[in-house]
Amino acid sequence: MTCRNGGDKCPLLSMNGVTKRFPGVLALADVNLSLYQGEILGLIGENGAGKSTLMNILGGIYAPDTGEVLIEGQPVKLGSVQDALAHGVAIIHQELNLAGNLDVASNIFLGREPADKFSVVKRKKLYDEAAVFARMVGLTAPLNAVVEDLPSAQQQLVEIAKAISQSAKILVLDEPTSSLSDKETQKLFSVMRMLKEKGVSMIYISHRMREIEEMCDRALVLRDGRCVGELAGSEITRDTMVRMMVGRDISRFFPETGDSQAEEPVLSLRQVRCKACKGEFSFDVFRGEVLGVAGLVGAGRTELMRSVFGVEPVLSGEILIDGKKVAIHSPIDAIRHGIALVPEDRKELGLLLEMSIKENVPLPTLPVTPGFLMDDKRDIKLTQAQITALSIKTPSMDQAVECLSGGNQQKVVLAKWLALKPKVLILDEPTRGIDVGSKSEIYRLIRHLADDGIAIIMISSEMEEIVGLSDRVMVMHEGKALGVLNKSELCEERVMQLATGGGC
Amino acid sequence: MKKIIGMLFLLIALCAITALINPNFLTPTNMQNLTRHIALLAIFAIGEGIVILSGGIDLSVGSIICFGGLFVMAGTADLGYNPWLVSGVLLVICVIIGLWHGFMVSKLGLQPFIVTLCSMLFFRGLSRGMVNDRAVGLGMEHQSFQSMGSGDVYGIPTPFVVLFGIAIIATFFLHFTKQGRYLFAIGRNEKAVAYSGVNVPRMKTIAYVISAVLAGVAGILYAGYTNSVQPATTGQAYELYAIAAAVLGGCSMRAGEGTIIGIIIGASILRVLTNAINLLGISTLWEFAVIGAVILAGVIADAAYKKRSANAQSRRVASIIKQLEATPGDVSSESMRQE
Repeated sequence: MTCRNGGDKCPLLSMNGVTKRFPGVLALADVNLSLYQGEILGLIGENGAGKSTLMNILGGIYAPDTGEVLIEGQPVKLGSVQDALAHGVAIIHQELNLAGNLDVASNIFLGREPADKFSVVKRKKLYDEAAVFARMVGLTAPLNAVVEDLPSAQQQLVEIAKAISQSAKILVLDEPTSSLSDKETQKLFSVMRMLKEKGVSMIYISHRMREIEEMCDRALVLRDGRCVGELAGSEITRDTMVRMMVGRDISRFFPETGDSQAEEPVLSLRQVRCKACKGEFSFDVFRGEVLGVAGLVGAGRTELMRSVFGVEPVLSGEILIDGKKVAIHSPIDAIRHGIALVPEDRKELGLLLEMSIKENVPLPTLPVTPGFLMDDKRDIKLTQAQITALSIKTPSMDQAVECLSGGNQQKVVLAKWLALKPKVLILDEPTRGIDVGSKSEIYRLIRHLADDGIAIIMISSEMEEIVGLSDRVMVMHEGKALGVLNKSELCEERVMQLATGGGC
Repeated sequence: MKKIIGMLFLLIALCAITALINPNFLTPTNMQNLTRHIALLAIFAIGEGIVILSGGIDLSVGSIICFGGLFVMAGTADLGYNPWLVSGVLLVICVIIGLWHGFMVSKLGLQPFIVTLCSMLFFRGLSRGMVNDRAVGLGMEHQSFQSMGSGDVYGIPTPFVVLFGIAIIATFFLHFTKQGRYLFAIGRNEKAVAYSGVNVPRMKTIAYVISAVLAGVAGILYAGYTNSVQPATTGQAYELYAIAAAVLGGCSMRAGEGTIIGIIIGASILRVLTNAINLLGISTLWEFAVIGAVILAGVIADAAYKKRSANAQSRRVASIIKQLEATPGDVSSESMRQE
């Protein structure tokens, strides 16, 4: 059976009429998907649209309630991950599934090590064969490097090499670029193009519309568990995709920036050095502005802000609040001086997931309020005010935070810090893992807070967000500040140039 | 709350069955004996419970009970000091032990299991070495001090009165103060609590201090009750009893939950079981097997119940949130509904 790319009637993979119901939710309703040989299919939709469920069915993790999966025209039963692999389906999850303590070669052949009859691994054969696949995917790390010591881009390539070594014909990439820099992303894309040349078909899941535009031959849009459309070739544009995903136009995705009223700086850094910093940092943040902090992952942005917030020590230099020098040794000092930090990883650092909204929101205010006892009335009032102000969608304030959607969880983290009425609000990747609808809501909120006079520092790896929302942008590269761009000089190319180390 | 009621029912059922088979269960003497033992266990189980709910574990309590008992007895009988004074000194030593545990766990970042395991071994060895492995008692001296463990107040065993006081203070501390809230929160997510400006090392240290001090109090009361502290055996495996009581009483080993009243009920269940084994004429050789089986059954039942209620809960929330998001007035979510 010969199948040619595009248009033909003979897809490599088809999923027909797939329906999956979970208790209380219809996760997928009659979804059809087809994938041709050597094609990259984009799969897009907001969080909760059913992308992961669909891919978990393809990967043998869930069984569909109804519907069938055909590979090369033959109906197949994918009852387990092993079944899926046997049919040539490999899924690279967002959270990688590698044995972090083993080396690259052992991971590529994990469970399939070449061995003699006494189960002793033939090491030479293992490394020789691993080298072939490593070269194929452009993996530059040494084969005997321990995987957990590698940057995440390299780890991802290990996963891909592993999939290819299992002769995968269908490769699913679930948000592979979310933790990669633009340079690493481009490298991944070239690996994908090479695989495509070799006839491997790929399903590409991403929230980044530009990547879908760039890489995909077709795109399938899901909303609320249904297919809402399929785009091909030049129809794949950001606007069309976003409109289909949310079912409406987001004409003003980013709110208009206010007039940056540069008066006295609220927060100033003078020759500040931190652990991960290679250079010294001196900059000001003004009342009512959004200062974007751009840079690649690993540029030291998070570490710098953690030092400002007192989680990590400031090695030298001065931090000034309203022109006065302050000493910040721990978060409580920062909080007392009106600095708040919304951390990057809300589940890890921001929330007590099993506890209620009412127990989460007042937490940072407790150490700075006088008194020894809990004050339930105060907590209720404070929480209610934040739920209303941020329009957090929840049945009640006694709801455990883990039951809320990603966007609402992020609002709870914001609420925690806004309840303190901070002067300086540091946001570290405020929209990571949040769907498009909630994103624009968070953007409006950030702008609104700035208009209220809060000085905002926003770390973001999403170029659109940095350029769309910031009044000024500081670009960092390898632990140094490479420059601050004003509104007038702000464009993606300029930021990118600096972030990758290009001079001014 | 439901869990406490469930455990309370189990306790009552156990008592009822034992009383039906052997009416001697309900005699005043047995009741007094039983409540005394419940109190002696519950006092240090409360300390253990507080450590567990803040995400740690304290394996040293059994050895500290033994060390504490011997310290008081030897200080009084061998060195001739006033037992009350010696008890006071002991409690100061316990504070220092707790500070030390807290320092090693939160500042040096060592595993609580290892740190307190070492203390368990250290204080057992210290106890045996310092009195040359001989049992120490007060004989007929210092009756008023001994009555702390063996006496009663209007028929209620003194240790139970002490427990009552401790329970009230502990409940107030845990459920009504900010510090109590921090301890629960630290058990859930230490890093998020640190980011919220709470001094996490200090709070963890407080938990270990409470545990060591309550173990010291229990040591004093045991000394008074038995009037003979055995360096090799007194308090042996009591840390495991304490963990069992805390877990039966609703302190999850995953930390972040638990109540004082639950811990007391947990301790009561354990002691009623021991008492029932005696009264029902079962060989005491079977005691550990019975206790092990009962705790396992309790934990399995709890896990099953939790799973069921969590499923029901998430279904309910999903439907409510769907409704909420479909309510008009909010442009973004409303239009998401439209096809």
